[in-house]
Amino acid sequence: MVGAIALVFLVIVPLILPVSRLQILGRFLSLAIVALGIDLVWGYTGLLSLGHGIFFALGGYALAMNLSLQLPEGQIPEFFSLYGVEKLPWFWAPFNSFPFTLLAIFVIPAAIAGLLGYVVFRNRIRGVYFSILTQAALVVFFNLFNGQQKLINGTNGLKTASAELFGGQVGSPDVQFKLYMLTIVLLVGAYVLCRWLTGGRFGRLLVAIRDDEPRVRFSGYDPTAFKVLVFAVSGAIAGIAGALYTVQSGIVSPQYMDIAFSIEMVIWVAVGGRATLVGAVLGALLVNWARVLLSERFPEVWLFFQGALFLIVVTVLPDGIIGWFRSGGVNQVRSLLGMAPPVSTFPAVDLNEEIQREREIVQQKDS
Amino acid sequence: MSMQFNRRKFLILGSATAGSVLLKSCASPSSDSGSGDGGSSTSGGGDGDTIKVGILHSLSGTMAISETTVVEAEKLAIKEINEAGGVLGKQIEAIVEDGASDWPTFNEKAIKLIDQDEVVTVFGCWTSASRKAVKDTFETKQHQLWYPVQYEGQECSKNIFYTGAAPNQQIEPAVDWLLENEGTEFFLVGSDYVFPRTANTIIKAQLEANGGTTVGEDYLPLGNTEVTPIITKIKAALPNGGVIFNSLNGDSNVAFFKQLQAAGMGPEDYPVMSVSVAEEEVRQIGPDFLKGHYAAWNYFQTAETPANDKWVADFKAEYGDDRVTNDPMEAAYVMVYFWKMAVEAAGTTDIDAVRQAAYGLTFDAPNGLYTMNPNHHLSKTVRIGQIREDGQFDIVSSTPGPVDPLPWNQYVADTKGFSCDWSDPEKGEKFEA
Amino acid sequence: MQGVFDVLFNGLSIGAVLLIAALGLAIVFGLMGVINLAHGELMMLGAYTTFIVQNAFKPLGDSPLFSAYIFVALIAAFFVAAGVGLFLERQVVRYLYGRPLETLLATWGVSLILRQFVRSVSWSIAIGLVLFSLLFWGGQWVLKRRLDWNQLKAKALTILLPLSSAIAIIGGVVLNANKALAKPWFSARNIDVTAPSWLRGGVNLGSFQFPVARLFIIGLTILCLLGTYWFLQKSAWGLRIRAVTQNREMSACLGIPTNTVDALTFALGSGLAGVAGCAVTLLGSVGPNLGANYIVDAFMVVVVGGVGKLIGSVVAAIAIGTVTYLLGSGYLPLWMTQLGLTETLQPLFDFFTFFSTTSMAKVMVFALIITFLQIKPAGLFPQKGRTVDA
Repeated sequence: MVGAIALVFLVIVPLILPVSRLQILGRFLSLAIVALGIDLVWGYTGLLSLGHGIFFALGGYALAMNLSLQLPEGQIPEFFSLYGVEKLPWFWAPFNSFPFTLLAIFVIPAAIAGLLGYVVFRNRIRGVYFSILTQAALVVFFNLFNGQQKLINGTNGLKTASAELFGGQVGSPDVQFKLYMLTIVLLVGAYVLCRWLTGGRFGRLLVAIRDDEPRVRFSGYDPTAFKVLVFAVSGAIAGIAGALYTVQSGIVSPQYMDIAFSIEMVIWVAVGGRATLVGAVLGALLVNWARVLLSERFPEVWLFFQGALFLIVVTVLPDGIIGWFRSGGVNQVRSLLGMAPPVSTFPAVDLNEEIQREREIVQQKDS
Repeated sequence: MSMQFNRRKFLILGSATAGSVLLKSCASPSSDSGSGDGGSSTSGGGDGDTIKVGILHSLSGTMAISETTVVEAEKLAIKEINEAGGVLGKQIEAIVEDGASDWPTFNEKAIKLIDQDEVVTVFGCWTSASRKAVKDTFETKQHQLWYPVQYEGQECSKNIFYTGAAPNQQIEPAVDWLLENEGTEFFLVGSDYVFPRTANTIIKAQLEANGGTTVGEDYLPLGNTEVTPIITKIKAALPNGGVIFNSLNGDSNVAFFKQLQAAGMGPEDYPVMSVSVAEEEVRQIGPDFLKGHYAAWNYFQTAETPANDKWVADFKAEYGDDRVTNDPMEAAYVMVYFWKMAVEAAGTTDIDAVRQAAYGLTFDAPNGLYTMNPNHHLSKTVRIGQIREDGQFDIVSSTPGPVDPLPWNQYVADTKGFSCDWSDPEKGEKFEA
Repeated sequence: MQGVFDVLFNGLSIGAVLLIAALGLAIVFGLMGVINLAHGELMMLGAYTTFIVQNAFKPLGDSPLFSAYIFVALIAAFFVAAGVGLFLERQVVRYLYGRPLETLLATWGVSLILRQFVRSVSWSIAIGLVLFSLLFWGGQWVLKRRLDWNQLKAKALTILLPLSSAIAIIGGVVLNANKALAKPWFSARNIDVTAPSWLRGGVNLGSFQFPVARLFIIGLTILCLLGTYWFLQKSAWGLRIRAVTQNREMSACLGIPTNTVDALTFALGSGLAGVAGCAVTLLGSVGPNLGANYIVDAFMVVVVGGVGKLIGSVVAAIAIGTVTYLLGSGYLPLWMTQLGLTETLQPLFDFFTFFSTTSMAKVMVFALIITFLQIKPAGLFPQKGRTVDA
């Protein structure tokens, strides 16, 4: 099933779309990868992270640093001269190596996520406290990157479009096409990883942590270790997504660590449906598509729409689109439109007066 | 089992609809004839009768406050040109895109304007970060951007025309004037992004060369309003008064000036020279807090030229009597005219021909006579204004004539002695003069 | 010595701003367990109310009466924000009690809507909204009197909602054709709130100058604090609020209207946000994004202070304020130089110098907060009880 969809995106879509549009689609697909990571920690484990922008940006910066270093021996990236820096800061040095960078793209975010997770979960900080703390961490990283012009070029961020990758300029249609393909492959990879993680005993444990953590602890498991692990995995996924997003948009900047952006990531998952990996992907694509469409035509309406989306998802559609479908949403629409729902009848039950009376009582109570 | 089936069915349905929806959105051109409310655009998308140009600014997000004013100025110029018969006998159609204060979005929209809408030129950007984000795109696609805001220099792209001030047309004259009239001890305050940082690098070099001293500097994160620590630092560094050079942007200025006044630091002892506070900002901060402080720009609404009187009147007629004009708006208005003149001189909208035709053109702008130089910057008069009670500026100093722009800064060691000339392919972006 | 005094005063004044912004949050979060991310936007509404009140007083010119507008504005801001908060609680938040993460997302949605609302609100939008409210809630009110309301409810709502929104939107669009009605009231630009002249200068005390606006905010914060304390501890409704916080079921059994108590608590918290919004107009800019600048800091105060105790928030706010000032103003390296410690403790000196800009001080303060929560995960003054895990 997943393979079939991937195949559609891999083969058919590129035939229809020009590369510039493919680039946008590719970016949305990389955002879908982040959404998978968030679904893993929020949908399955119940940890609402408002700080995934950190990991997303770290992945992007790791790759962008490597690309900015494609210079003749002894030269340093151009922006340093603006601030009078003459020597490459020490932490840039390892990024000269491409294999190191490839590792760094997901190892650094995973390490930071693991560390943050460890210090938070160890103290049994949970629920909204965790959310607020991740947001605080986001503010820390944002200010750090934004304020350190001399080390990392601050607000301007790092550009990637004119560097070389896969034997061509990153910004060229050819390379962009390859990146699009790579994004789909990695998206499928991330999906399979998440499906595998959530499928077996590990997945059930995650759900158990979400639903009743003390009970998990009393059963002899250590929830902390599992939470740290899943948070780190999610961070790694976000890092990969960030790197893909960066090369496809041509720039990485501290804006990726904007508070609003990280909360937006959560809404993608919520719109699609929590704890349904497909929902995360679908939500990311749908919401971003709506953003492009609405903000191009009516920039003013977009915030209204986004706000309404948050409200609707929380109040009316708590399980997202996928959940709504699964719980018979189509039938609801039909009944609202006055069409008879395709119900299978059970005369033995429907005609039994006693059962009907009880049912009415229950309904009255409910309302 | 039925659950399983439902999911599968849904997946097929869902992905098919999502896919087709995405495709549709991607394929449908979504150009918004933005000049519609100005009544300027003709109907029908860019066929033989119109020339399409792009306008790329933030209409939403934090920068929208500033950038929407620039869009208005650009639309006014386009409307006037259209009413006067258009360019090469064709009407101009403006396609407005929203950069949403987000640098990657700027780049995305620039690509859309160039590839999909096939505009012949783009007017856009405000922050340096957004300009740098789109610079590569304009260069690789050999397209053209007109940029209307004063900036930190150290850049001279073949594909960008800079109609705002270069540092030697705003910051340097301001520092010289302060050294002469107000004092030699400077404290530098700025927002935490590239323009203030680079500007302050230049100022420090300039002060060192000309006998002033920098007693301290500090940067405020964008949007931060807690300026108490900075004010303490200024007091500690300048106990008996001195000059404050301020490159804070919009929001933080309000907090800074309100709390500066509350701390009893008035313009007599602590004159503030601002480079990002224009008429519009004065209105938002409140003239009561700013009275007596200075700002350096090329253009002030109080500039006394016939062209300015007419422009201010036209602008107010279009957008309301309570509106003010300022330097970036003037630069934005002027750049549309420079583009128009270059197209007419070239007789075509071909980008390279327009670029070469632009060199040496002159325009009687609201601020006085402007000349386009082969380094893609304008020669223009520099003025220093003192803020009055009514929120306008008393012009206390103007350069005797237009100042020639120097994109590569002559105080900074790295770029000293370099200049830029695109009229000669041999010289180009950066050559040693 | 003067340095120490300076640090104390400025730390207190930064803390006071944080505290007044966090006070409402502490109540809503502490007593009800509701994460209100729209708190900042309620502050923003308070600030815009101040702007409107100020303009209403403009005709008075320079008379002393004009200078008094700030007091009217404070009261108006309280009621406007409380009203919006009440509406928010009735329409959204009350369905989400006990699900803090959902509340967080919903209130973030509300905050986005409010932010855009002040940008684009014009007469046509306002009239459209009034039209919608009249039709939708008015329609419900009329229908509710029918006996078969419960059966009708679902159907009525599905008809009423699209119908009234369609009428309202069409009405709004038609009115929008009129330029005067379509003109935004505030637009996306920042607006100018000018403090009355008596709040602008400073008070001299020896070689020291206290900004009056800061003193005013400190005073206002203390007043709000005392008022809230009195309300919660001494008034009948305060007693009910505390009872509901401690044991909702039992309180309901004893006849306390828990719904009303919830609404009241939320409105009180929102109203305090409005007052805070009015207060911060004295310091900074007033624009649609005003709230976003304060919300994260305010949450930090509540989290560090510990939930459910006002005293915790007070101590936390002053502590955060002092640390922010101490780091950001560069006093630490200065003192080290004065004490001659620069040589012996060079790495520490470099460390403090690195963090002595305003941006970096913020990074440091947040990092310290995260470290602090390692030692006291539940904040300075944790709530005692056996059901901490709830």
